[in-house]
Amino acid sequence: MEFTGAQALVKSLEMQEVEVVFGLPGGAILPVYDPIIDSPIRHILVRHEQGAGHMAEGYAQATGRPGVAMVTSGPAATNIVTPLADAYMDSIPLVCITGQVSTSAIGTDAFQETDTTGITLGVTKHNWLVTDAADIPQVVREAFHIATTGRPGPVLIDFPKDIANSTMEWYWPDGVDLPGYHPASQPDPAAIREAAALVLAAERPVIYAGGGILKSRAAAALRELADLTGIPVVTTLMARGAFPDSHPLCLGMPGMHGNYTAVTAMQKADLLIALGSRFDDRVTGKVSAFAPRAKVIHVDIDKAEIGKVRRPEVGIHADCRLATEALVEAVKASGPVETGRLVPWIAMIRRWQAEYPCTYDRSEPANDKAATGGGGRRPTVKPQFVIETLRSLTPPDTILVSGVGQHQMWASQYWSFEYPNTWVNSGGLGTMGFAVPAAIGAKVGRPDRMVWAVDGDGCFQMTAQELATATAEGVPVKIAILNNAYLGMVRQWQHMFYEERYSEVYLSPDLPDYVGWAESMGCIGLRVENTEEVAPAIEKANEIDDRPVVIDFRTDSMEQVFPMVPAGASNDDIVVYQSQPGADRGARQ
Amino acid sequence: MAYGPRHRLLSVLVENKAGVLARVAGLFSRRGYNIYSLAVAPTDNERFSRISIVVDVESSPLEQVVAQLDKLINVVEIGELHPDQAREAELLLVSVSADAGQRSQVIELVGVFGGRIVDVAHDAITVMVAGAPEVIDDFEDLMRPYGIAGLQRTGRIALPKLDGRLSSMPAAPAAGIA
Repeated sequence: MEFTGAQALVKSLEMQEVEVVFGLPGGAILPVYDPIIDSPIRHILVRHEQGAGHMAEGYAQATGRPGVAMVTSGPAATNIVTPLADAYMDSIPLVCITGQVSTSAIGTDAFQETDTTGITLGVTKHNWLVTDAADIPQVVREAFHIATTGRPGPVLIDFPKDIANSTMEWYWPDGVDLPGYHPASQPDPAAIREAAALVLAAERPVIYAGGGILKSRAAAALRELADLTGIPVVTTLMARGAFPDSHPLCLGMPGMHGNYTAVTAMQKADLLIALGSRFDDRVTGKVSAFAPRAKVIHVDIDKAEIGKVRRPEVGIHADCRLATEALVEAVKASGPVETGRLVPWIAMIRRWQAEYPCTYDRSEPANDKAATGGGGRRPTVKPQFVIETLRSLTPPDTILVSGVGQHQMWASQYWSFEYPNTWVNSGGLGTMGFAVPAAIGAKVGRPDRMVWAVDGDGCFQMTAQELATATAEGVPVKIAILNNAYLGMVRQWQHMFYEERYSEVYLSPDLPDYVGWAESMGCIGLRVENTEEVAPAIEKANEIDDRPVVIDFRTDSMEQVFPMVPAGASNDDIVVYQSQPGADRGARQ
Repeated sequence: MAYGPRHRLLSVLVENKAGVLARVAGLFSRRGYNIYSLAVAPTDNERFSRISIVVDVESSPLEQVVAQLDKLINVVEIGELHPDQAREAELLLVSVSADAGQRSQVIELVGVFGGRIVDVAHDAITVMVAGAPEVIDDFEDLMRPYGIAGLQRTGRIALPKLDGRLSSMPAAPAAGIA
């Protein structure tokens, strides 16, 4: 059957069982938007191309399936570079289709022409410029294969307008033809045996679980490994939810803003079992001082991660789930597991947990005008209290989405994650503005779940135009703005490391009027200024299911994120509480 | 351009597709790896090209360079060639100032190195020499006193030795590339 290139592209997406495309049309991609009308694929019309990319990311993180975004050439393509970079850092499977000027015009500085494959070379796992309509089914099949296998990631197909308008004889390829692409799968049995021996001999072991657990669907295998061996688990920012926070062996998040026990357990460990984690600088702090006495087992599907930062005693280049399952089997094969040797280690961990819990000063701040930037009464609501209350009033499988900054760290610290794929955030790239569109994408993918975004006032202003998309498309997300009137994390660093010289961080709590903003976009807008209003507002929001809700929580702007390991310092120098004597120690170092 | 201890030679088989060289070069650039020399051309199978890259491993370990290169979808195979296990060659074109009085000296040296004269003018000649990179270095040094007007080297290319079958082959081929 003869298809146009545009028809072949849409048909190929259908063959890949794509159920939704996030996008915005324009000149070069116009031919593809015609067959979209007749396709069963749902199209969600965004207000800005960055929104399309982050929605596709939120969809992918919540569902485990690839997200698809489609935009036109030139400025649309450059607008989606940020989500591509974000997805590349966090290994999120994304297929992005960009329109391109006709092949005859490429290289002539044509209207809305950019070198999209060139620009995105460094932020995609792979990309293609289609130069023949007959290649379309093959390219689409390869694109989804590459995006979703091995270490997942974003791919981009650049699609010239004349190719979309030319014709081809439809076919669907049997498979892919990629002689240079062989993602790892099964672990080396000898390496697994070595790893098992280390696991069984260790006296102070810690499982260092990363995002690879979620990508490889290894949460059940991880739980079995922990239960079998009695080894405690830290879950990185990208792995929150991969192991239930309520499990007695869960130590929570390690790293720069990790809790004392998670950070210190890694520092004192004699064995780190790194499963799908990459020794990110936010986890290790000063690398030379990180877990100095630990041997390392490092499982990763990406060979380049093994030994990139820390040379492991045992490197296992394999799928994280298959390797974890093999490790469980190897430990079982060695006979009954003796966990008595871990008793002193677990006891030490329990002491740390009791002595240094993740907590904050719940007392309400005095109304000193100096602390408000001259803005009148100082808000008294503690941001951490908002997260705790939100957690207690929402279903356990609620999907929590966040932007980047203080609110993100509080969300990760004070939310209790019980299920995989219930935490959607921008970890590696740290993209402000991620939350609103990512929450919309997550809700589109999981309409059965309650989806809450915890956002900062700075982040919210970057992408909140997508609330119009949410209302128009009937996507009832809920947004909690922790409005402290500041670029809070930057303010915190200026407080700690720049002698409280605040430079360009004050935003104002009232500009914009967040309630007015919400209402103008067809959402319900609520404002909370006192602690006692927090729970009723959340309950009210939870009852609204026919449109998005935005709550403007006026929070204490002086609140800072602790614990904190100052950038570049050793994890041994963790500062636990804001009120702790020497909490500004980082500033003097 | 003979290389020192911080240089390693990679032979990279890639799919012969548009933009592959940009992917390889872009990877080196964004990860902060240094390329000392690079040569690329199709192989006997037109589906593939071979890139010979001399990498500076001072800044980053070779194992990391190889692992990152291997992630490029179009990279099919990567081998490291140790100098004692490889046949290496490089091609040099050089234009040398040589008047009638000096010309015979230059021609004599070209003969010693198995090179060829490819262009002659009243006061200069252009010669081509192929051989092991160290030999090319020597030839370049010998030409320098005459005055070099233009010089282009290809960067080294290499293939693994054939398991001793040609172990008697001289390190520097006597003949130039015909």
